[in-house]
Amino acid sequence: MSVGTQQNAPPPLTAGAAAPLPTVREQGPWYRSRPDSSWIVKGFFILLLIGLAILFLYPFEWLAAAAFKPRGETFDNAFLPQTWAWNFSGEAIPSPAPQKLFNVAPVARWMWNSIWISCLGAALTTFASALVAFAFAYFRFPLRNFFFGVLLATLMLPGEVTMIPVYLLWNHIGKFTLDHPILPHIGTNTQYPLWVPNAFGSAFYIFLQRQFFMGIPRDYFEAARMDGDGYWSMFRRIALPLAKPALIVTFIFEIQAKWFDLITPLIYLRDQALFTAPLGMKILLDRFNAGGGGEGDYQVIMAGTFLLILPMIILFAAFQKYFIRGIAVQGKKG
Amino acid sequence: MASVAVGSKTAPGPSKARRWFAGFKERETWVAYLFILPWLFGFLVLTLGPMLFSLYYSFTNYGLQQIAGLESTKTVGFKNYEQLLHDPKVTSSLKNTFIYTVMMVPGKIIVALLLAMLLMRVTEKLAGAFRTIFYLPHITPPVAIGVMLLFLFNGRVGIVNRGLSLIGIQGPYWTTDPSWIKPSIAIMDIWACGGTMVILLAALYGVPKHLYEAASMDGAGRWRRFKDVTLPMISPALFFVFIILTIAGLNQFTQAYTAYFGAGGSQPEAALFYSIYLFKNAFEFFNMGFASAMAWLLFAISMVITVINILVSRRFVYYQGSSR
Repeated sequence: MSVGTQQNAPPPLTAGAAAPLPTVREQGPWYRSRPDSSWIVKGFFILLLIGLAILFLYPFEWLAAAAFKPRGETFDNAFLPQTWAWNFSGEAIPSPAPQKLFNVAPVARWMWNSIWISCLGAALTTFASALVAFAFAYFRFPLRNFFFGVLLATLMLPGEVTMIPVYLLWNHIGKFTLDHPILPHIGTNTQYPLWVPNAFGSAFYIFLQRQFFMGIPRDYFEAARMDGDGYWSMFRRIALPLAKPALIVTFIFEIQAKWFDLITPLIYLRDQALFTAPLGMKILLDRFNAGGGGEGDYQVIMAGTFLLILPMIILFAAFQKYFIRGIAVQGKKG
Repeated sequence: MASVAVGSKTAPGPSKARRWFAGFKERETWVAYLFILPWLFGFLVLTLGPMLFSLYYSFTNYGLQQIAGLESTKTVGFKNYEQLLHDPKVTSSLKNTFIYTVMMVPGKIIVALLLAMLLMRVTEKLAGAFRTIFYLPHITPPVAIGVMLLFLFNGRVGIVNRGLSLIGIQGPYWTTDPSWIKPSIAIMDIWACGGTMVILLAALYGVPKHLYEAASMDGAGRWRRFKDVTLPMISPALFFVFIILTIAGLNQFTQAYTAYFGAGGSQPEAALFYSIYLFKNAFEFFNMGFASAMAWLLFAISMVITVINILVSRRFVYYQGSSR
């Protein structure tokens, strides 16, 4: 089935030419554009929504304001900073003076680590999942249904079960590569465990993309076969371009997943220079939160958290449509 | 999930087994296996193999000495599983996890459903704009949510208590009072209900209008239409988010760990969720054997809960058509 179409839309009555998609207005429940809903009722709902929107946005506003407040004013809860402060960079003055985010830790490095790891991981998993999903959608082969059942079953497996042996596996690989100096150091306390598993695809994305590939009419592929295309060029020239929305959804979801992930870098990374942004911000919190025995430079924590959220907001602004579609489509698979 | 494809149609001819093996002579079969090779390899090396190893470790004393190669691994029978019963922190962390899940899942679903139904009441353009706003917390990294949780809910200077005092309520010390730690984590999760909302909104858009018209003609009031039309029609989506959120709740780690654990956390017992205690056992105390047993217990619990959910859902979830 294709992304974004109505699940239980009536079949188009006109044969032949492509029927226009049914609009939501014809389908919506009774309360959409009800004749008796007066301006007062409508106004009430709009006011209610505005109130809720303020409630939902306020934590962002609070954080953004706090990121630009000087030390000592972080928690004054003023809507805008009384005195604006630039907490991100500046001269490095030792501790009694208010600290700046980029001076206290290799924050720029962390951001860059997160950016390249998430982009590389997302690209790998998008491509690998597409290969596998296409095979499950197009080919008929022995054990196909069995393997697909296995794939669905792995969706139910909590990550905690495989977490420890996979760590030990990387630990072994690390020892092996250290024993053989010709090999690059791959293992724990390197960034490989953060993105290499992406090269094997991911059950959830395979499932999502398979639905999409199955929506492509088989005739397209048969026609390509007639033209003398091999399986590979069929996949590359027909399947991949037509599945572009599903590929974009996979890509941005995986970027988001990487940007959300704390436990993997926490398990594997020891050197500060290797940290990803989420782990780095957690370390900053530990260091500067006076409640936990830290140094009390809360403005650094706020600036860091602000910086952690910002890329996600930019990604969302750029791919809003795909985020919403990708999420909405999940629900229809239930 | 009923979408597993049906195999090739049976036709008269050689026996089933013969035809099945004949499949391996086809070039297409080998190409297909080449295509699924990445997943197959990943499944064997990163899922199935580790599962077997994890099961094995859960019956051993595997720990720091064994990782360092100083001592050999000894099987200890069911000792790790017995220890699960006797470790008071396992019990309390399980309790914490259940309490949190029971607060978070219904809260998130109810708030998401209310928001989605509100969005259905305004024009599409407005709904789109507000949907974006309500969705934003959902794209906030959990580490950032954990940080914000700590400061927004601060008992003394936090904005939440400031707001509550405006309407005359003396707010609790959310981040230090053991009985308010889990509610504050759940509230932050409910704030991030945008994903659930979008799923439910899509389901609401899919409810055919004529059902409501028919119900109205039969004299059904607003509540009856909601209870007898809306709820059954969106029940597959509700069931889906219920399962997904329950599993997410049982695995809660990042927000609570960010706010309360690690080097600078206050380590309160009330925020010690099961995954956090598992993580500590595995990667702070390096009791890998015990942590593996903990992981299998978690797996068993989530399987049992999911099976119960599916059994219960047969009574309540209405799937349109018979094929689904």
